[in-house]
Amino acid sequence: MSKKHIVLHTAPHVKKPQDVPTIMRHVVYALLPIVAFAVYQFGISVLALVIVTTLACLGTERFFNWMGNKPSSLSDWSSTISGILLALTLPPGFPLWMAAVAGIAGIAIGKAVFGGIGYNVFNPALVGRAFVQAAFPVAITTWTPAFFTGRFTEFVPSSLTAPFMMPPETAEWVKQVAVDGFSGATPLSLHKFQHIATSPMDLFTGTVAGSAGETSALLILVCGLYLVIRKMMNWQIPAWIFVGVVATSGVLYLINPEKFADPMFMLFSGGLMLGAMFMASDMVGSPLTPKGVMIYGLLIGFLTVLIRQFGSLSEGIMYAILLGNAATPLIDTWTQPRLFGARRKSA
Amino acid sequence: MLALFEKFRKGRFSHGIHPRYHKDATRGKAIQRLAFPPRLIVPVAQHIGAPAKPVVNVGQEVLRGQIIAEADGFMSVPVHAPATGVVSSIGLMPSAAGPKVLSIVIEVYKASSQYVLYGNPVEPETLDHDELIQRVQATGMAGLGGAAFPSHVKLRIPHGKTAHTLVVNGCECEPYLTCDHRVMLEQPQDLLQGIRYALHITGAKRAIVGIEDNKADAATAIKAALKPDDPITVELVETKYPQGAEKMLLKSLLGVEVPAGGLPIDIGIVVNNVGTLAQLGKLLPKGEGLIERVVTVTGTNVAKAGNYLMPIGTPVRFILEQLGITADHEKVILGGPMMGMSLPSLDVPITKGTSGLLVFQERTFLEGENDTAVFPCIKCSRCVDACPMHLNPAQMGWLAGKRHYAEMESDFHLNSCFECGCCSFVCPSNIPLVQYFRIAKAVNREQKGKA
Repeated sequence: MSKKHIVLHTAPHVKKPQDVPTIMRHVVYALLPIVAFAVYQFGISVLALVIVTTLACLGTERFFNWMGNKPSSLSDWSSTISGILLALTLPPGFPLWMAAVAGIAGIAIGKAVFGGIGYNVFNPALVGRAFVQAAFPVAITTWTPAFFTGRFTEFVPSSLTAPFMMPPETAEWVKQVAVDGFSGATPLSLHKFQHIATSPMDLFTGTVAGSAGETSALLILVCGLYLVIRKMMNWQIPAWIFVGVVATSGVLYLINPEKFADPMFMLFSGGLMLGAMFMASDMVGSPLTPKGVMIYGLLIGFLTVLIRQFGSLSEGIMYAILLGNAATPLIDTWTQPRLFGARRKSA
Repeated sequence: MLALFEKFRKGRFSHGIHPRYHKDATRGKAIQRLAFPPRLIVPVAQHIGAPAKPVVNVGQEVLRGQIIAEADGFMSVPVHAPATGVVSSIGLMPSAAGPKVLSIVIEVYKASSQYVLYGNPVEPETLDHDELIQRVQATGMAGLGGAAFPSHVKLRIPHGKTAHTLVVNGCECEPYLTCDHRVMLEQPQDLLQGIRYALHITGAKRAIVGIEDNKADAATAIKAALKPDDPITVELVETKYPQGAEKMLLKSLLGVEVPAGGLPIDIGIVVNNVGTLAQLGKLLPKGEGLIERVVTVTGTNVAKAGNYLMPIGTPVRFILEQLGITADHEKVILGGPMMGMSLPSLDVPITKGTSGLLVFQERTFLEGENDTAVFPCIKCSRCVDACPMHLNPAQMGWLAGKRHYAEMESDFHLNSCFECGCCSFVCPSNIPLVQYFRIAKAVNREQKGKA
């Protein structure tokens, strides 16, 4: 045996093939159909939105690598996910310069300051969205009608707002292009402020107004399922969130069906599906054990309904997930796995 | 309802992993005898406990089966000459673990018939308990499953405890290894004889042979060899790593958990490996010593992969030459891929605890791409879901990164980790978790030694 060199390595000598970049890359794949549908629904404005947020996230990540004299971490795909997710949570006509601010803030405040991938407490995409929600409250609640005419050839006027300027009024433009008497509201705000219900089927297929990539519950479910099948996502997280949402809203609905929305509507409206599937299930911000995941999921579901029904905003999933992220370290300390062979506490 | 639940629980423990098994290359290969090497390197410490003390001198001729090193106290077993020849040196030789160990080197006589001429036949049934324990010790038996724990120590029930069940471990859950599988198929009589002796010695009322369900043919072979009055049952358990860890096996077979920090005997159970008991069944009545074992030799591009019977002390280099393995292999492993050791040198011998010899070319020993870049922990919880001891490897990994070794032990049960490697196997960030834990344990032991 001619030997050039021998590799010395401690056991184990075999390894499961999935590594971090692989997992993250597949999350990006799973998001692409949702992006495609968003572009189909709202046109090139959304495409521009996705490109801007992703570039902003990647650029910020690279900048912090450079600041910390670290090698580039762009190849782990995690900031790409944040960029795409962020775009999907914004209104289709959101001014692009504000979207860039959201991307920069999301990675800078949400991830880089904690030490990069794996160290962040909060979901970076949601940190970015929360930042612009506070900074630009009007722009982030200005909606665009779905399937408006000419969406593949022209931008929504507000998209191309000059940096540091407020977006123009779009009410007149909406009247011109909307196919159906669009009122400039999402199903959630319609229900909350005007008590108009949207049909569950429309919510399910996504033919309604809303944030760029949050409208089609069905599509998001299917894409999430892909990750579950590939064993790259913990299905228990969205499952427990759904349970939490249905239970909380179910109780409220039984108390007062006039005032409160029914559980099905709650489940398929707003950003809940996207948030539960792709943001709450982010590995970094969620607990480790099945028991912890249960508490986390139920908490997010409960908070979402609470914020939607009793808060001043019509949507609640974003803050619910951020609060869930914040609670994760505490949940983790409460729910350590029970050691094999440990004496059970005598009841 | 409860019965249904029982049905589900049967044959299972929670967590663990499913690596690729790669057993097809050798599972169908009958045990063959390998040629005797020109030189044997026989370490005096091939078992856990005190090393044996050499009783031969340089230049002395030894006969196959003759005692060449005596047990040093109760936690020790003797070593027998694996072949007839002459002792050429007694000194430090390389070992798989790294540090050199005291070994007796024997130049094998080429013309010898290599019959075993040493023996002290006896009918084990006629002996009392203490004599039996002595007899087992005299065979030099140490666990052949890999841990090499002296068998007589395991079979002697400590004071104040009784054994009601003997569990026989035929899981062989490590990928690539098939030596136990072949022993069960080819030597069921020896195995059953060994089980009967073990029952007799421990006083256990029944024996259960636990075999992973990918080796159903072995279970059939053992069942076919059973006598009607044998209190021995054979049960299939789920094929999953580390099913062969005794605590996991007991959970699967009996649904019991060995108390943390305790041993199976604490709940009245003795566990032994099938290979060990098969050898015991063969050697005990003859009064001979353990001088050879079956080793699975396999890996990438190994034309003559198979299960080979070879004298203990056979150098790895000789085995590779015999099987025509000449290509550049980057990694040579003694044992299985999950818990075995990669060799620093090819002059390391096969010992009592060596179950496999695996040779790998670069990058082929990984299931996926050999990307060794280490990422920060992303809290994916795969290690938590894989750890069969239900530890929290993620948390311990963070603590290890900060060198908080004492805290790992006091707050996170570090010492319950038996280093199966599941956590490192599944980690997508390629964090060497189990390697961290080994270091942490070693540092803690050192600290305690100082205190």
